[in-house]
Amino acid sequence: MGHQQQDVYFVPSKSYWPIVAAVSMFVTVFGAAHWLNAQPGEGGFGKPLFWVGIAMILGMFFGWFRSVINESLAGNYNGQVDRSFRMGMMWFIFSEVMFFGAFFGALFYARLFAVPWLGGEGHGVLTHQFVWQGYEAAWGASGGGGPEKIGGSFQTIPAWGLPLLNTLILLSSGVTITIAHHALKAGHRKTLLIGLGATVLLGCLFLWFQAHEYAEAYEHFNLTLGSGVYGATFFMLTGFHGMHVTLGTIMLAIIWVRCAKGHFSKDDHFGFEAVAWYWHFVDVVWLALFLFVYVL
Amino acid sequence: MAHAATHDHHDHHGAPKGFFQRWVMSTNHKDIGTLYLIFSLTMFFIGGAFAMVIRAELFKPGMQLVQPYFFNEMTTMHALVMIFGAIMPSFVGLANWMIPLMVGAPDMALPRMNNLSFWIMPFAFILLLSTLFMPGGGPAGGWTMYPPLSLQGESIAYTIFAVHLMGISSIMGAINIIATILNMRAPGMDLLKMPVFVWSWLITAFLLIAVMPVLAGAVTMLLTDKYFHTNFFNAAGGGDPVLFQHIFWFFGHPEVYIMILPAFGIISEIIPTFARKPIFGYRAMVFAIASIAFLSFIVWAHHMFAVGLPMGAEIFFMYATMLIAVPTGVKVFNWVSTMWGGSMTFETPMLFSIAFVILFTIGGFSGLMLALAPADFQYHDTYFVVAHFHYVLVTGAAFSIMAAAYYWIPKWSGNMYSETWGKIHFWSSVISVNVLFFPQHFLGLAGMPRRIPDYNVAFANFNMISSIGGFWFGASQLIFLGVVIHCVFFSKKKAADRSWEGAKGLEWTVPSPAPFHTFDVPPVIHDDELAHGNTEH
Ligand code: HEM
Ligand SMILES: [Cu+2]
Repeated sequence: MGHQQQDVYFVPSKSYWPIVAAVSMFVTVFGAAHWLNAQPGEGGFGKPLFWVGIAMILGMFFGWFRSVINESLAGNYNGQVDRSFRMGMMWFIFSEVMFFGAFFGALFYARLFAVPWLGGEGHGVLTHQFVWQGYEAAWGASGGGGPEKIGGSFQTIPAWGLPLLNTLILLSSGVTITIAHHALKAGHRKTLLIGLGATVLLGCLFLWFQAHEYAEAYEHFNLTLGSGVYGATFFMLTGFHGMHVTLGTIMLAIIWVRCAKGHFSKDDHFGFEAVAWYWHFVDVVWLALFLFVYVL
Repeated sequence: MAHAATHDHHDHHGAPKGFFQRWVMSTNHKDIGTLYLIFSLTMFFIGGAFAMVIRAELFKPGMQLVQPYFFNEMTTMHALVMIFGAIMPSFVGLANWMIPLMVGAPDMALPRMNNLSFWIMPFAFILLLSTLFMPGGGPAGGWTMYPPLSLQGESIAYTIFAVHLMGISSIMGAINIIATILNMRAPGMDLLKMPVFVWSWLITAFLLIAVMPVLAGAVTMLLTDKYFHTNFFNAAGGGDPVLFQHIFWFFGHPEVYIMILPAFGIISEIIPTFARKPIFGYRAMVFAIASIAFLSFIVWAHHMFAVGLPMGAEIFFMYATMLIAVPTGVKVFNWVSTMWGGSMTFETPMLFSIAFVILFTIGGFSGLMLALAPADFQYHDTYFVVAHFHYVLVTGAAFSIMAAAYYWIPKWSGNMYSETWGKIHFWSSVISVNVLFFPQHFLGLAGMPRRIPDYNVAFANFNMISSIGGFWFGASQLIFLGVVIHCVFFSKKKAADRSWEGAKGLEWTVPSPAPFHTFDVPPVIHDDELAHGNTEH
């Protein structure tokens, strides 16, 4: 009934997926909290419960999306529903932007205020005289035994190696997904599948290099989560970004399968677009990361 | 024509039969709204019970009833339960019930996600409240969760995850509300014809999506600081505990507006009805809400005047905070002007609304006093702050919710509540709430610190008065419970479709009680039916 848009409304039927989702989330976080508090070496039910919860969440996503896809294929959704979905996705991405904003805020605050203050700048804190004698504030490894030595002295990842490569990879993935989108709109199936497939592969490549970089950081640079506030902001920002790339890649792969199955038409492919928006968002976050975490 | 709506299956009319099917698998905005309202009322009484413990301990100086740690658990839990469990979900419940009715939509834009938003909440609170029964006890570092204090003990992990769940629920709820308002309005319901309540929720939903993720980020950093060796808030590692306060209050101040903007919306619906006049300055009301929302992003550090901010920051945040008084003043002025020359009657919703206008304004004024950075050095962390936020939150937010309940319960249940008992509830509440909170101003100015189980004997009298007011206010709320139960299940007085003589707006054109499905087809909007239809004049 897609053509009747404004004169009738669509209300979806009852569903048990929401309650399944709520229970799964509860099981997951309850398990996680219990696991976190377990004494080292202690068994406890936290860990297994957490993984059960994760499995339930995955199952829930699978089931919920399958039913939505089936309803969409059955032509149940009109233009208004489509617009609601679009708004939902856009505002969801906005919420993600704000989530990253909190961590960028922490980064800027630490760099611009907290660390310089510890080095004696501003209102005359004497930490550089009494706590770390002769400490001169510097972002990252300072050489002098400042607060960063809390996790053992470390080195930082140079921007112009792997991070640059990863930047190029993500940028090209932005191009390939745009090519795929145009192909979808023009009805060129083959280009669509190749473009989208390339995007998935580039996503995987990015993740592989990222893992490599982490291994490097931990093994050779002694740069860890515990490496002062530098390590904290570095790993939390890149880590959350990496999680988003992982999620995005999985979603892209699913969309690839759906494209291959012919789920989308020239003018009805919200699923594709939602994931493409998400991918661009992940891309933009990376650019900010590259600039503020690696280069500057 | 009414059958033209494309419901998935054959459940066109009437509610599904089974309990589980109807309430747990619901995609109906009215049922989900009811669930939210019942949930928040439950939380209101649980949070209220905690408050009774606090007031009982503070009845006299010296340690009376509970251990200090338990007292701290009570202050922490009371705030978390009231903010995230009582006030916020009840506004979401009202949004669920009323927004589709007010804009002529059949339901919320994303009904299944709506159901998920609700069902996360009980689980989040099971998680949070369960910590009270754990060996190490519940969180006791205050609802603001400042590190390093909040990182002591094991319960913080549960608290953080509970906050994450509440955040997810709020964000999904807010997305739903925005999509409903922007996408589901009946043709002819232009943005500037929407009821002020709908406007207030549109802006509140934006605030929610903007700041709940920031809170999630803040508590995630707490989690990694505690369990994964990060040093965000540890000066020994180059971090700063004050950083947490910045991130928290970047969320926290918009959060207080999340709890008051929908209240502004409610009051802007009720006063015109009982003054039998359209709202004075409709557009000014809308723009005032928008400017308050904007300003709320640049005032957060007024909660941190005493931590040692650079001078420039103190001054900036002081002036920015005081600016908020301008749009707030516009609103108060317009409510009063709406009543001016109106033919007023004083049914219970109106009584609560008038009390709101007066008492919220007192809270706003004490806020202005706190906004003066040099003065706040004296007031900060005293009972003056407690008095301030209880005037804005209890006589502000909570009173507006009660006003809304009395105002719309005829539409929800199809019955009229008992006006006599409603009035008894009102007078009992409004007197006791002032006995409870007004003396706290004096206590604060005299220097009594907040979050303390024992105090100097010099503060004894006012504390005893305050506690008496507290028990009285708490008991008064049982009247409210009685009125609601009586109205829904036992009241013999049927409500008219237009339950109040002066009421305008689409919600009063549908039957009372509102049928399971309303507006299967978009209604035709007549301007004179709208409360604020004549916005051109
Ligand atoms: C004219 C408007 C307002 C101004 C100027 C204002 C100002 C302030 C200031 C300066 C403080 C910090 C006091 C201190 O800790 O020393 C404060 C605290 C607080 N305000 Fe307001 N406020 C206003 C309105 C509101 C509203 C509308 C609400 C909620 C509905 C609210 C809720 C709170 C809460 C909960 C706190 C205490 C937070 C805590 O430390 O636990 N305020 N206010
Ligand atoms: Cu504030």
